[in-house]
Amino acid sequence: MADDRERAEILVTGVHKRINDAFQVFDHDLNKTVDVREIGAIVRSLGCFPTEAELLDIIDEVEEPNGFICFERFLPTMSKILMENKFRPIPEDTLLTAFEVLDQQKKGHLEPNELTEYMRQGDEPFTQLEMEEMLSSAVEPDSNLIYYKDFVNMMVLDGER
Amino acid sequence: MGCGMGKAAASLGKKREREHISVPGEYMFNAMRAALLIQRWYRQYAARLEMRRRCTWNIFQSIEYAGEQDQIKLYNFFGYLMEHFTPASSERSLISHIFRENDVVHDTEWERYFCYKSIEVSHGYHGPHLTFPMTFCEASKLVEAFKHKQLLHSRYVLQLLGEAWKLLRILPNINHVSTCHSKEITICGDLHGQLEDLLLVFYKNGLPSSEKPYVFNGDFVDRGKSSMEILLILFAFLLVYPNGVHLNRGNHEDHIVNLRYGFTKEVLGKYRVHGKKILKLLQKMFSWLPLATVIDGKVLVVHGGISDTTDLNVIARMERHKYVSALRPPKSSRRSAGGNRRAPRCTEGGEERNHHGTGARARAPGPGSRHAAHRRSLHSGSAVEEELRQRRQQAGLSQSLQELRRLVSSSSSSDEDDDDADDGNSDPQPRTPERDEWKQMVDLLWSDPMAQDGCQPNQVRGGGCYWGPDVTEEVLGRHHLQLLIRSHECKQDGYEFCHNRRVLTLFSASNYYEVGSNRGAYVRMGPDLVPHFIQYQSSQTCRTLTLRQSIGRTERSALGALREQLFAHKSDLLGAFQHYDPDNTGVISLKHWASAMEGVLKLGLPWRVLRSQLGTSTQDGMLDYREWIQDLVFSEPKHELSNASILETMYRNHSNLETIFRIIDTDHSGSLSFEEFRQTWKLLSAHLKTEVDDDAIADLALSIDFNKDGSIDINEFMEAFRLVALAVPS
Repeated sequence: MADDRERAEILVTGVHKRINDAFQVFDHDLNKTVDVREIGAIVRSLGCFPTEAELLDIIDEVEEPNGFICFERFLPTMSKILMENKFRPIPEDTLLTAFEVLDQQKKGHLEPNELTEYMRQGDEPFTQLEMEEMLSSAVEPDSNLIYYKDFVNMMVLDGER
Repeated sequence: MGCGMGKAAASLGKKREREHISVPGEYMFNAMRAALLIQRWYRQYAARLEMRRRCTWNIFQSIEYAGEQDQIKLYNFFGYLMEHFTPASSERSLISHIFRENDVVHDTEWERYFCYKSIEVSHGYHGPHLTFPMTFCEASKLVEAFKHKQLLHSRYVLQLLGEAWKLLRILPNINHVSTCHSKEITICGDLHGQLEDLLLVFYKNGLPSSEKPYVFNGDFVDRGKSSMEILLILFAFLLVYPNGVHLNRGNHEDHIVNLRYGFTKEVLGKYRVHGKKILKLLQKMFSWLPLATVIDGKVLVVHGGISDTTDLNVIARMERHKYVSALRPPKSSRRSAGGNRRAPRCTEGGEERNHHGTGARARAPGPGSRHAAHRRSLHSGSAVEEELRQRRQQAGLSQSLQELRRLVSSSSSSDEDDDDADDGNSDPQPRTPERDEWKQMVDLLWSDPMAQDGCQPNQVRGGGCYWGPDVTEEVLGRHHLQLLIRSHECKQDGYEFCHNRRVLTLFSASNYYEVGSNRGAYVRMGPDLVPHFIQYQSSQTCRTLTLRQSIGRTERSALGALREQLFAHKSDLLGAFQHYDPDNTGVISLKHWASAMEGVLKLGLPWRVLRSQLGTSTQDGMLDYREWIQDLVFSEPKHELSNASILETMYRNHSNLETIFRIIDTDHSGSLSFEEFRQTWKLLSAHLKTEVDDDAIADLALSIDFNKDGSIDINEFMEAFRLVALAVPS
């Protein structure tokens, strides 16, 4: 029992440490607050895959009136999310399959305008900037096509750093 | 949630493959879900990239600011020595000359010293020939020449600078500009010797003219390779269009800062014969640069920022050229009526402080003269000496700016006139008008904004303040201004608003930390005073880099810089790790690793987040620290040097060391005698409060003398450090 408790405590401390470190990266003035616009980056860099709507929910919970988020309020909310493993990661093969779904003709690649059409639609469409950035990494310059299998591999590899 | 959706999509995909049934409606629905999944995934990936980019940025910035703080500490240390220490006369003379004030001599005499007329231009010179008075044609010709990497002859340099200096001396402290005549004004931030960026701005925006006025907001020099060329271009256009070009002084327009950050080295390298003279002239010109620009009485443009005490009326009234270096407290302009204070202290006999001097360094005699020599000698009289001896013991050798001010004011109070004495010796920082003025100036050039309200000293840089949004409102309100445009801090997109869009930071040096690290920007503003931004990035290669590649590249560079720091602190790091490993198991936890790193390096970095990039792999959550240090840091120095720990200390402080070298190298010859080297080392170790063995220094000096000619070439010596850095594996 004592062992379990100790293990749980260590686990919690570990989680707190991770949250603190990620928070610190965006805490410019070292005063335990970050701009609300950075929350997406912080939450996601901790390994979570929320939708934009889910992010807004988190922000609603922790935002201060002045547009900042302070660590004291953020820590318990974020700890809960991590401990409950909410917003679980999307496995690599699922991602690959998603691309295959979009590739109707099973060509093995997508055209830039095809991908753009999909990404700029739906409930949470990409902004112009997001689209440009994705295309710049995804499009193979010589053929002007998106070989999504390679793209997925590359993103996953980068993710492991 | 993610798993659920994925399975459905996967199974559906497989099902369709098997059955070859096209189900359009259902497909569209699943395509939507697939798209959502990809969006979610990609956003997560982008956030991780952003995290890496931010960490990289923090590394560069913290190392940069730590360097600035270092510089100020070093400078203050010298100041302290000059004020209170009684070193042997040879040491004193070595460093005394940087504190020499030379404006005793009238400017006309200086003009004679800087005269270009005796300098011949040989037939072998293929660079541009300038004629005066400066015209738009001549100035554009200069730009073209620099585009083709030509060097302007020192004769023309001195002539151009001389003319510009005359103009600067009649400019007010604050430029007042109006947009009504010209419709739009362009404002540029830090350029830091990056000529490609200035050329890019001119290409996109046009050359300066009366119809196309520019404000350049300081930090034209240091770090980049073409500081001289930028200055020459700016001064040339200033001469042609005195109402169309407005220059603000930055914290790098300062000869002391230039010693460390590369401008001094650049000039001496490009102009071997006349470089010293050019530097001296520039030193004066920097002190004559205006401090701020106000547009339409509504927009304040200043290099660093403000503080809660900023008062533009005080700024407008001061004699700005008194502050040759903004880091230095004002010299006292009061003379005592009796006695010649210039007399050297009795113990030093007939030592004259200006024994290095040429005629130009002579001082005008006599009390009551407004520009009489600054007194740096200690006071005679045993009571005062005893007091100073005590203070020396208490104060220690490295000082913060605050402490130095306190010491300077209380030591000089006993021989200055009423102002200080009225405040009494018990007041640690008597607020004289001079001191207020000085603070105003330092605040303008060195401050940074912060998110919280209030105003506090800028500990990170070592000078100026951090000021908050409430201070912005108060100061802008008090002066009936609506916007503050400042520079001084590198921003990823070239510009950034803060304080409810009342403060704009503008930075015009792209790729400042590394190729791809950031864009530069400039601002155009019309009578409506709404800023329009134009961003750019000057390198060819980086335009074709994807975001991911550019982050990767910048990251590698930052990690290289960080590895240098780790190498320099190797022994201390090992010591700190061992402290957490009392049983000598060879492993420590990550938590302890992070604490040790921060304790030694004091860079304020998020070590746990960085650990994967630093190759920190653990087993059971424990790190083999000896192996880690071995892998990360190159342990064999490139050149065999006798004493490894001296090497490490030197390497850690190589910027300081180089700065001290250049200060000591009074004739800018680029080399030091062994004795001078020994003095340098002793000074540095006093500053660092370390003990160094005399024999060890002698051995080291001998082994560094690569030419075996009895002197040490500064550049060769610093080159050895560069080679060490290159050898660190990446």
